Order: sequence, then C-alpha cells, then structure tokens
Amino acid sequence: MIEAELSRSVRRWCKGATGVTGAAKLSGGASQETWRFDITHPDGEIGAILRRSPKGYGAAPTRAAGLAAEAQLMQLAFEAGVPSPRVMHVLVPEDDLGTGFIMQRVEGETIARKILRDDQYKAARPHLARQIGGILAGLHRLPKNRLPELRSRGATQEISEFERDYRSLNWPKPVFELALRWLRDHDPGPSTETTLVHGDFRNGNLIIGADGVRAVLDWELAHLGDPMEDLGWVCVNSWRFGEIDRPVGGFGTREELFAGYEAAGRKVDPERVKFWEVMGTLRWGIMCGGMMQRFREGPDHSMERAMIGRRASETEIDLLRLLAPRGS
Amino acid sequence: MQDEPTPIELTKSVADFLRNDIAPLISGHQAFKLRVAINILDLVTRQLTREEGSDAAEVARLRALLGMDGSVTDLNRALAQRIAKGEVDLATPGLAEHLWATTMDKLAVDQPNYASYKRELGRGG
Repeated sequence: MIEAELSRSVRRWCKGATGVTGAAKLSGGASQETWRFDITHPDGEIGAILRRSPKGYGAAPTRAAGLAAEAQLMQLAFEAGVPSPRVMHVLVPEDDLGTGFIMQRVEGETIARKILRDDQYKAARPHLARQIGGILAGLHRLPKNRLPELRSRGATQEISEFERDYRSLNWPKPVFELALRWLRDHDPGPSTETTLVHGDFRNGNLIIGADGVRAVLDWELAHLGDPMEDLGWVCVNSWRFGEIDRPVGGFGTREELFAGYEAAGRKVDPERVKFWEVMGTLRWGIMCGGMMQRFREGPDHSMERAMIGRRASETEIDLLRLLAPRGS
Repeated sequence: MQDEPTPIELTKSVADFLRNDIAPLISGHQAFKLRVAINILDLVTRQLTREEGSDAAEVARLRALLGMDGSVTDLNRALAQRIAKGEVDLATPGLAEHLWATTMDKLAVDQPNYASYKRELGRGG
C-alpha cells in the first residue's frame, strides 16, 4: 500500500507531519502515475499530489522532459509568479516510491466542458484569454540559466519529426499531406529568440477557479524553442470544446491573448502563431493516429483509445478550415 | 447474399437496448464506458449506412482527379503521394472540393456533433 511509503516519506521532510490519508490514484499508465493524498498535520491537513514513475520505470519517453526537470520547472514558475503548484519534495531513493516529486494540491477545475459552461466560472471566462497571455509571457521569461537540461526544437525539426511519426503510421491521408506541404512552405525558420516552451499549454492542463487560472500543469513536454509555439497550441480548435469562435481554449479571442502577452512586455508574431496552430492541429491528428496504432498493437485495447483514433477526422476538417476555407 | 435483418438493423438494435434499458442501471466509470460503447455502435451504424455511397462518390472524384483507377485505398494512397511530391496542390482544379467533400463524409460518420462540421454543414456543404 502506497500510504505506508508516503507516511514514512512525509514524516522525514514535512515538519510536524504525522502521516497521510486518502491516497487515491488519479491517472496514469504503467510508466507515470498521479496520486492525490492528504498530509496529516497539527496545523491542518495539507492536500498533496504525487507524480511518479514507479520503481523499475526509470527511463522517460524520448519527447518527455523527465519528472526531475518537471519539478524544477514548476518550482521556477512558482517562484516567478506564474500560477503553479508549490513543489514540496523531490523523491529520493529512501522514499522507496520510485522517481518523481510531491507538490501541494491546487483546488479547482481542469475539465474544459465544465469551465466553459458552468455558472461558477462565468465571471472568470471573459478574462481567461488575456490572463493566459500574461501567464505565457511570464513562462517565456523564466531565466534560461536556471532551466534544467531540455531538448531544443525549432519549427523545421518539428515538421520532420511529425512527418516521420505520420509516415510510420502507414495511414495515407491527403489532408495531412497537404498540411505537411503547407508547413514546409511556410516554415518560419529559427525564431529570433529561443525560450522555454511549455509544450502542452491548453485546456485540460490548466487548473481554473472562479478567480481564473490557478495553476499550469503537465510540464512533461517542456523544451527550448519558439515561444510562439505555446500561443499557437492553445488556439488549436480541438481545445475549444465546441466554442469554435473563441480560439483561445474556447475562452476568448487571439487579440485578447496577444494583448495580455504584450501587456506583459513581450512581442507577438501572429504569422508564427498561425504556423504553430496549423502544426498543432496536425500534431493532434497524428497523435490520434498513434492512439489507433497502440489500440491495435499495444496492451491498451480500450474502447476509449479506439474512439480517439476516429477523432483524426476532426483535425482534418480543422486543417481544411485553416488552409482551404470555403466561401472566402 | 446474407440473410436479414441487416447489419445496420442489428447494431442499431443493440445500441438502442444499451441506451434505453441498460444505461439507467449503471453508474460511475462503468457508465462512462457504456456511453463510449454506445457511441461506437452508433458510429458503426452510421458507417454501414453511408459508406457505400460516400466511397463510390469518393472513388469517382479520385478517378477524375488522378486519371487512374483502383480501390478507394489505392487511390487515396496515390493522391497522398502526389500531394507529397508537389504534383498536386490547392491550385489543382477540383482538389479542394474533393478534400472538402471527403472530409464532410467522414465527419458525418465519425463526429456529426463536432462544431466545425456543423458550421460547415450550415454553409450548404
């Protein structure tokens, strides 16, 4: 039972803590898990989250930054005032919990449909696009000399990588070919500055409350690259959950996002943002194909995974809307 | 020729049974999975209903575009290759219309509630 290991661990590094209760697994595959639990403390319970690779799962997949890097990035973000959970402890061998870290739990909602529809978030919604612009500006300004070691990826490399992923699926899709051609023809080349890029900044990875964004999660795809990538990815239609006229996560307009970013003292290149939106749409489409492949060949023979495979066509219509709009 | 009822009628009967009789009895994660299962049966029913017609139209368009014959899979592979080589692009007469028609037919099966699809359907496509 994980509670025994967690109790032993918190007693060592959390002054006054006597143990933990209510450990429950929130999500995760074989190699990476997320648990919630409460630390019992004389000053009151402390809500916490464990992100870990269980023992025996040391190596991270090639694109992932790794849990140690994730912890470091979240801590840096927290210190810089970017909404982020406070990292409480990075696992050490004595914890006997595998590799990973423990962070303070931030209460709020991550389910996009609720954030976009429920009354509770009604007052926050009109401000979210602009707020997200400010958060991304803060994130892109994190000091490079304090970042952990991260892979570096520009537009040209990303196109090649996605093309390779797509070809390995052996899944001929004329719309994807068209998008790949468009990306090659519109490759903006190296960006004038390279910054930290979150890599998966979107609806679902943001904890939102009635007061707005409370935390940015899931830094596992963080890398060094073109900051406009994050602005394009958050505009991909797949994260609008039906609110297709509000490009920024279904919350608001690109203009609001850009205004928030520039108010925080950083410059937007709208052409590059559009490039990364097309790239992001194709990226999600290829990921759907990857789900189909894992459903077919891999251990996860689930209905959910099978159905995500059939969502590639959503990205095809979105790519056509971007690249060959009708009636224009 | 196989006997009746048709596959369309059969999958529809199972989906209706799960939706009307079983779903009200189930809760929690199993209810979520049941909804996914019903969605799959609905998708299969739509595909069985529409595929023959949409594939025939797709093949006719592809033949005209490519000037060759073959199965719908072969023709799609050929079109994908020609786009990759740059021999065919959005300036090619008929390509954009073909991709739009094909994609709309796919969405009609995969995700008829997808907002982009509903918007484009409203444009008379």
